[in-house]
Amino acid sequence: MKIIRMDYRIYDELVAYATEHLPEEACGLLAGKEKDGGFTVEKIYYLENIDHSTDHFTLDPKDQMLAIKDMRSLDLKPLGNWHSHPESPSRPSEEDIRLAFDSKASYMILSLMAANPVLNSFHIEDKNVEKEDLRIISEKYYY
Amino acid sequence: MTITVAGEKKEYKDGLTLPELIELEKVETPQYVTVSINDEFILTENRDTTVLNEGDSVEFLYFMGGGC
Repeated sequence: MKIIRMDYRIYDELVAYATEHLPEEACGLLAGKEKDGGFTVEKIYYLENIDHSTDHFTLDPKDQMLAIKDMRSLDLKPLGNWHSHPESPSRPSEEDIRLAFDSKASYMILSLMAANPVLNSFHIEDKNVEKEDLRIISEKYYY
Repeated sequence: MTITVAGEKKEYKDGLTLPELIELEKVETPQYVTVSINDEFILTENRDTTVLNEGDSVEFLYFMGGGC
């Protein structure tokens, strides 16, 4: 299974953004580079949830296109998308699974339901969900 | 003719239609993919009749959404 690495500063930024957008779901895209047989998340795109909902999200294709172009200009690859679950666990809901159309994407879900946020990454293909090996890293240690 | 698909230059036959490109590019669940050509989104009702031209730049954007 591929390892997905995310620097803790990017993770902290993601949590802060999603927390600021409570009670709505926050969402966006993930971009990175292949490294050591896996991927490193290099940049997170914070995009508008055009549903402005507490329990749904939709990305605007125009925002997606701008983000994809920015990734290319930075020599980054699209890795997938992320969204927050303000009041539910970090796992794909039935709707998340039903609407996961890109089998090459990683789907990250940040749960803010408890005191400590939880971020997991999933591969979803043919309605089957597999948790990916996401590691939040720092220069000194993994956790 | 040369067209750019998802940022990559590719050679395809002249007169290629968008449905043919979708098939050749093995786009998964195309009914949930938004297509743009030269930064213009193609309306669903025009998808079947759209013909690509030399130098076109095509993007396939998956619908991204969900719920909790």
